[in-house]
Amino acid sequence: MTLAIFAFGGLAAVSVVSAILMVANRNPVRSALALVANFLVLAVFYLTLSAEFIAAVQVIVYAGAIMVLFLFVIMLLNLGSPEALKERGGLQAPIAAVLALIFFSILGAAGALGTALPKSQATHATLNTGGTAETIGRALFDPNQPWLFPFEVTSILLLMGIVGAIVLAKRRI
Amino acid sequence: MSELYLTFAVFGAVAVGFVCVNLFIARLARPSAPNPDKLETYECGPLPVGEAWQQFNVHYYLFALLFVVFEVEAAFLYPWAVAYKQVGRYAVVEMLIFVAILAAGLGYAWRRKAIEWE
Amino acid sequence: MVIQNYSLGPIDLASIIPYVAMGTILGFILLIVPFVIWFERVVIALMQDRLGPNRVGPRGLLQTIADGVKLFFKEDLEPAAVDRSLYYMAPVLALIPALAAGAALPFASISLRMADGSVKSLPLVAGNVNIGILFILALSSLQVYGIVLAGWASNNKYSLLGGLRSSAQMISYELPMSLAILTGILMSGSLNLVDVVNSQAGSILDWNFFKLNPATGFFFPLGLIAGMIYLVAMVAETNRAPFDLPEAESELIAGFHTEYSSMKFAMFFMGEYASMLVVSGIATALWFGGWHAPFDFVLWNWIPGGIWFLAKLTFFIGVYVWLRATLPRLRYDALMNIGWKRLLPLSIVVLFAVATVDAFFFTKDTPAAISAPATPPSGTLTPMAAPGGGQ
Repeated sequence: MTLAIFAFGGLAAVSVVSAILMVANRNPVRSALALVANFLVLAVFYLTLSAEFIAAVQVIVYAGAIMVLFLFVIMLLNLGSPEALKERGGLQAPIAAVLALIFFSILGAAGALGTALPKSQATHATLNTGGTAETIGRALFDPNQPWLFPFEVTSILLLMGIVGAIVLAKRRI
Repeated sequence: MSELYLTFAVFGAVAVGFVCVNLFIARLARPSAPNPDKLETYECGPLPVGEAWQQFNVHYYLFALLFVVFEVEAAFLYPWAVAYKQVGRYAVVEMLIFVAILAAGLGYAWRRKAIEWE
Repeated sequence: MVIQNYSLGPIDLASIIPYVAMGTILGFILLIVPFVIWFERVVIALMQDRLGPNRVGPRGLLQTIADGVKLFFKEDLEPAAVDRSLYYMAPVLALIPALAAGAALPFASISLRMADGSVKSLPLVAGNVNIGILFILALSSLQVYGIVLAGWASNNKYSLLGGLRSSAQMISYELPMSLAILTGILMSGSLNLVDVVNSQAGSILDWNFFKLNPATGFFFPLGLIAGMIYLVAMVAETNRAPFDLPEAESELIAGFHTEYSSMKFAMFFMGEYASMLVVSGIATALWFGGWHAPFDFVLWNWIPGGIWFLAKLTFFIGVYVWLRATLPRLRYDALMNIGWKRLLPLSIVVLFAVATVDAFFFTKDTPAAISAPATPPSGTLTPMAAPGGGQ
């Protein structure tokens, strides 16, 4: 058990550091890379929770696909050179600080009271088979379960993504 | 079960170690004859004009976006592929509808010549 | 061939097999590369009626090792304009996914006689995870970073063009590749590569590539089409001829590794060959029966499965070389057209053809038989607990 806590601590440290690097970096390409690292650590977190399918999808979709899109956007807008991004001042930093303070005080309150966090109901059986692709597939496509409609609507959402991108990109300037 | 995934970490560590050891040995072994000309970016002889970090074709972005969409589709297909036999014909029809909608998107991209390289 | 399961105290042969597999596959990928390059040069010389390497060692066998040693002693040029940390990181990022994907690759199986007399067949694979093929796909989707970062960090126009082209090419061919792999998964019914290989036991007609129909044995050869799509996508994913546009030397000097010299260049080289080996290994496991022999034939049944795997792997490396010697490089628009307008629609159609044939003609519709006894209250979000597992 202590080993698990140490492993969690190490992973958490890496994920926090990569997240800070992502925000603090001046160079957008490096920020994007830090975000990739963060996504990978997240995938490892899923693995430690026995959610292996979600871990694989996290890497394939987020680290492998969405971040490539991000990198392309960075290069497309020519934000790549270090001077391109100059932070403008304004209210962004103070508002962010206030929001972070609120967030952490909520977290602290929940931790201190110890009641707001629900207890995990996972058993050994669900831990061993709950994360496999087969279980997820059976739950998702089972006609007796309520996930059919959200699943089909997802495709409409994705279709909107395609159409929107094409309409915007193909507009003649 | 998830301990098995440590093997991937071992393999990754071996890869990193392999590169580092090789680069380190090369660093010890190789000669060094610094020369200002060797610091130039290679570009067929003449000095490069401007930086390489420039704007480029919007088409790369379109391809990447289409890729994201279809990668999400594939992510749904994996659990379907191993579970559809237990769920039966129903699952095949569900997935056909899902993919048909996305195929319509691909058809739209095709017609608008978004997947055409210019 | 059955081996006695020797044991030394608490450690027996069965428990160290994953470590043996790990050592074998790591050593194989890292050490075989010079010989793969030698093989490529010899075969391509044969095809082009040249002599090829013939000076260093017997039949030039040590030529690539000599080349490697030479690279150690080459000066390393690093242009002043590069983004230094990313420039150093790129070769590492190119090698990690290629090597790590080898962890999920089963390459042989070994039969052990256990203490109680029963015979147990154990696969030789470093990490026999449930969703091995998905992890290989996840790692291969990370492969793009090494190349695009090398192109970007070099701050060289040719490098950047090569890196961009290559990333667009790799993502374009990743889709048909995953869909073709999905077809193979459908035919084998598992995401675990060991199960996939075991589902192809028997003769050559049980291999997914030649399997005519999963249920009847005669139908349109869908596995063959999906397998061919995989083979095309596999060549494109590894940036090899005729899809070697990222390093098209006639227009981009050397593409993404223009600014890399000495050992850093060698690492890119290494990564390319390592990923060739890995994708060929997947092709073997997914489509060509893995370590199974093509026929049950008494004269060769004593040959261990690893040799069959190696023979099939060599065949695919040979196909790579053959393609390189035969085909000219594609134009970029043709490359994108093939990926998006031919392979992608075709792979979707094949996938659903296999699923439909399977579900509507050869299996009974049994939605009632799903083991979903206790549907959870729809308010709680616990989809995992729902169907109660099944293994």
